[in-house]
Amino acid sequence: MVRRLVNNQLLQLANALSKEILREPGVLFWGILFPILMSIGLGIAFTKKTDVLRKVAVIMNPDHNPGDTLNNFSVKSFLETYCERIHDPSDKSDTWKYVLTNRKLGNSVFYFTPMDWDQAMIMLKRGTLNVIIKENDEMPEYYFDPQNPDAQLTYIKLSSVIGGDSRQTNENDINIKPLMIAGTRYIDFLIPGLITMGVMMSCMWGISYSLIEKRSKKLLRRLVATPMKKSNFLLALLTVRIMMNFAESLILLIFAVLAFKIRIQGDPTSLILVFLAGNLAFCGIAIFVSSHTSNTEVGNGLINAVTYPMMVLSGIFFSYHNFPGWSIKIIQALPLTILTDAVRSVFNEGAGFRETALSFMILISTGAFFFAAGLKIFKWH
Amino acid sequence: MKIEKPVIEVKNVWKSFKTVQAVRGISLNIEKGRFVALLGPNGAGKTTLVEMIEGIQKPDTGEIFIAGMRWKGNEDRIRRIIGISLQETRFIDKLRVAETLRLFASFFNLGMDRVDEVTEMVGLDDKRKSFVANLSGGQRQRLALGIALINNPSIMLLDEPTTGLDPNARREIWNILLNLKNKSGTSMILTTHYMEEAETLCDYIIIVDNGSILREGTLKQLLEAGEEGKSYRHLDDLFTGLTGRKIYG
Repeated sequence: MVRRLVNNQLLQLANALSKEILREPGVLFWGILFPILMSIGLGIAFTKKTDVLRKVAVIMNPDHNPGDTLNNFSVKSFLETYCERIHDPSDKSDTWKYVLTNRKLGNSVFYFTPMDWDQAMIMLKRGTLNVIIKENDEMPEYYFDPQNPDAQLTYIKLSSVIGGDSRQTNENDINIKPLMIAGTRYIDFLIPGLITMGVMMSCMWGISYSLIEKRSKKLLRRLVATPMKKSNFLLALLTVRIMMNFAESLILLIFAVLAFKIRIQGDPTSLILVFLAGNLAFCGIAIFVSSHTSNTEVGNGLINAVTYPMMVLSGIFFSYHNFPGWSIKIIQALPLTILTDAVRSVFNEGAGFRETALSFMILISTGAFFFAAGLKIFKWH
Repeated sequence: MKIEKPVIEVKNVWKSFKTVQAVRGISLNIEKGRFVALLGPNGAGKTTLVEMIEGIQKPDTGEIFIAGMRWKGNEDRIRRIIGISLQETRFIDKLRVAETLRLFASFFNLGMDRVDEVTEMVGLDDKRKSFVANLSGGQRQRLALGIALINNPSIMLLDEPTTGLDPNARREIWNILLNLKNKSGTSMILTTHYMEEAETLCDYIIIVDNGSILREGTLKQLLEAGEEGKSYRHLDDLFTGLTGRKIYG
């Protein structure tokens, strides 16, 4: 009995395929360490209150005499009166520093650097700064991209200081009540997205690329020239991949719980079911994508064509509601969006089986459809 | 006297790919225990013919019988009695030699005992724990041969098993195959473009060019079968006499 089990081809295939994955050092980094590093980087960037440095170019007008105008405000006098003169080591120029404190939102540190228009434009194009202040005869003029939210914020903060009450170095934060409860922070939004993106990437690269590579190396052809059951091979490939995804996601989740106090507010069983359905959906898509080609470069392109749009559109790093209204319905129909929304709802909204059942069904159906279509055209040789 | 049926029968097989006619009406019979070389230059149609015999490709027309069975409906039974070594197969780099053999053994419900026998047979005993990625070309080819032998096949089909190997590695493969020839009743088809390989290993040689059989017979028959009683010193001379080209062409 034991001997028969040990000689079982499904078991041996799963054993061989898992060793192939686990013995690749890159797996440890890209599958486990990289998502954790990403959560650390993005989590710290968007959850900790740190001083935000905002660099601003100042274009002085040497002929400007504040006494001549009705509004006798001068940028130069603002800098000399209210700012601290420092030497900015990053651009080797003299700079004025102004700190607008806010205990709840974090301080805004402004670096004002005098320069000419051409220099300011170059720095703007390089993204080193995003606002230019030009002194003119009356009020200072602000130049920035109105589509850039960070530039807008810099302008709003600056305009209350320059030309406003320059002596007030504290922002009014009395009415600000920071929401720090689990489920409302950016990290709560991010972690489910990282988990689902990991599932997509792992399935697409781990299954699609692996199959294409095995086909190009003629290993698939060699395997099917034995009495090996093709279904056993695919079953082993999918099982090993789903188990790997489960382990990788669990490690990321444990890290997020310990480091960021993430909580699963909904039903964990529903989370597991949706997670499995998502895995099956992407396994099906991966089989379909890799069903025909034996060229790894074509395979690269196909995988990127599937993963890139979803990675950008499906609301992994920011809400997809920022996209134009007409596109939202389309985005919501993408498998990664369906999976991410469902996982996020369990994590942050306390969703259970009833709320995730539709997503579960759609994901399972997606997987079954692509799996069947892929097998129909699958090229073993 | 009972006449034994050939273990491989190929009857008027044709195969084309898009505009290329790879095999043109080849027929051949391989008897039990016979080692047969399919000798010809690159592009002669050897691999296509062998892959049709292996069941990897289907002929456009014609019939193939393995141990009296057609491929259709008997795939699993046939796969259990044949051993195959494909041209340029690469195995899983991150598996060890013994693990790779273990995997293939499991397809035949065989265990570690058979893996041990085969590693010894192909001289990879000291490489059992080596990763496939770290094997030399000759060792990889011996592993491919070991995999072909894992099910103790009654028919072996080897597609250019020594191409790209240095003379020493090639001779090691020959020794394994000669040993097999002496000890078992296995039948074998081996494709090669090395005259010496065909002469050393095989007792029947089929010369193939442009998808057709040019000449077949034992080495002696082939060398003595020149036109107007002319005989040849080597198979190279025969091939040049038949085609006006060198086999490496």
